Amino acid sequence: MQSPIKYLSHKGWHQTAIIAIIGGIYILGSQILNFDNLNGLLAVPKAFAWLGVNFKPTAHSMQYFPRIWQKLIQTVLLAISSTMVAAIIAIFVALLGSKVTGINGFVQTIVRAIASFFRNIPLVAWSMILLFSFKQSDFTGFLALLLMSVGYLIRAFMEIIEDEASETMLALKATGASYFQVIFQAVLPQILPSILSWILYMIENNVRDATLVGILTGTGIGFIFDIYYKSFRFDAAGMTVLAIIFVVIALETISNQIRKVIL
Amino acid sequence: MLEVKDLQKSYEKDKPALKDISFNIKPGTFVAIIGPSGAGKTTILRSLNQLIKDDNGQILLDGNDIRTANKTQLRKYRRQIGMVFQNYNLVERLTVIENVLHGRLGYKSTLAGVFGRYTQEEKEEAMSLLKKVGLENFALQRCSELSGGQKQRVGIARSLIQHPKVILCDEPITSLDPASAQNVMELLKNLTEEYNLICIANLHQINMAKMYADQIIGIRKGRLVFDEAATYYQRIL
Repeated sequence: MQSPIKYLSHKGWHQTAIIAIIGGIYILGSQILNFDNLNGLLAVPKAFAWLGVNFKPTAHSMQYFPRIWQKLIQTVLLAISSTMVAAIIAIFVALLGSKVTGINGFVQTIVRAIASFFRNIPLVAWSMILLFSFKQSDFTGFLALLLMSVGYLIRAFMEIIEDEASETMLALKATGASYFQVIFQAVLPQILPSILSWILYMIENNVRDATLVGILTGTGIGFIFDIYYKSFRFDAAGMTVLAIIFVVIALETISNQIRKVIL
Repeated sequence: MLEVKDLQKSYEKDKPALKDISFNIKPGTFVAIIGPSGAGKTTILRSLNQLIKDDNGQILLDGNDIRTANKTQLRKYRRQIGMVFQNYNLVERLTVIENVLHGRLGYKSTLAGVFGRYTQEEKEEAMSLLKKVGLENFALQRCSELSGGQKQRVGIARSLIQHPKVILCDEPITSLDPASAQNVMELLKNLTEEYNLICIANLHQINMAKMYADQIIGIRKGRLVFDEAATYYQRIL
């Protein structure tokens, strides 16, 4: 057997070596790309200074506020509705596909494949693909967010079911309860807090993503931002960004409060 | 009467987890299955209500073989066999009384069970059982707020409301402190006599087995090494 002292000194060497290798890869990469590290670093404050000057909302940009606000509310509602629909679909599919509540190995594999398919096509690609079929409308954005969320939530819900519900499921199965009784009396009550927590997270995430989807599909707050930006009304664009940040932080605060109550 | 004959199980080929396990248990008997970790105690217990499908043998409850039952019949057997777990396996977010009532699900139609509609008698019985295990003042508390010993007593009440002939206890006291452990063992012992039950508990603690069990079954490496009335061990150990 290896002596513990030798093992620890080996481990110390390994860590040093790994850090050296990562650093080496970085230096090599920037050499190949002719990336000027020093100037790159110095450009960051300059860029922020430029942002601060040009994107600063002025008294003049207040006139855009009602329109921004209206679009923002629309976007938030879109994010919430797409998440809720996704959650309902995901819970059923996750029950079919999880290792403990699933029907059989074949269905479980199919569900995993579907979830990973939806999840691994980037949101941008979904938006562009759906744009062809559904044109420039809120529905396109809704669908893009929905498909993405379904992929993530199926995966998350399956893991929640497997982690949290398997023991109580076993207990109720042993009492002679039927499959649906076990699902409704044990599995769903047991996993509810974790599921709500994931839904809240997904809503926050989808509000942020809805902005990007809006730029691509020409709807919601993203479209407004795009218009202001491309017509050089940087102050209004800055105002839009601030409004988005405000809403996202507000949503996060609210959902943290809800989590405290339900968990 | 519970009769087990030549029970066999292997999880991997040529590596038997259980080999030729046979024993009989009369009603009103508190049985301890003892043996080291990995000996096959849990496998025996879980084949008795077919949570684990064994490979071969016979498990007769009052003369009927559980192993050959179809899905509907198995549900009917399972509701006569209560089960108590090491980690209690309660729905932590639900109240104590809801968890006790879960023991009735095997008797209900799927729809009534899904929506948790219980009859007045069932609710009253749940309350009287909670009184029996000393938790009548906790009926509306969430299970997550209870101590380990209290949770285990909820688990016992859940199995009793099934009107069982058999109660299987899978390491019922392993997660408990010594005082709660004694409390739970005493409760199981008394209930066995009162309801004329067959109560089978997997135990690590030989002294607990000696103190409470009427019959002790010893398992090592998947084989039965002894099966005697507990008085025998009280004399020799």
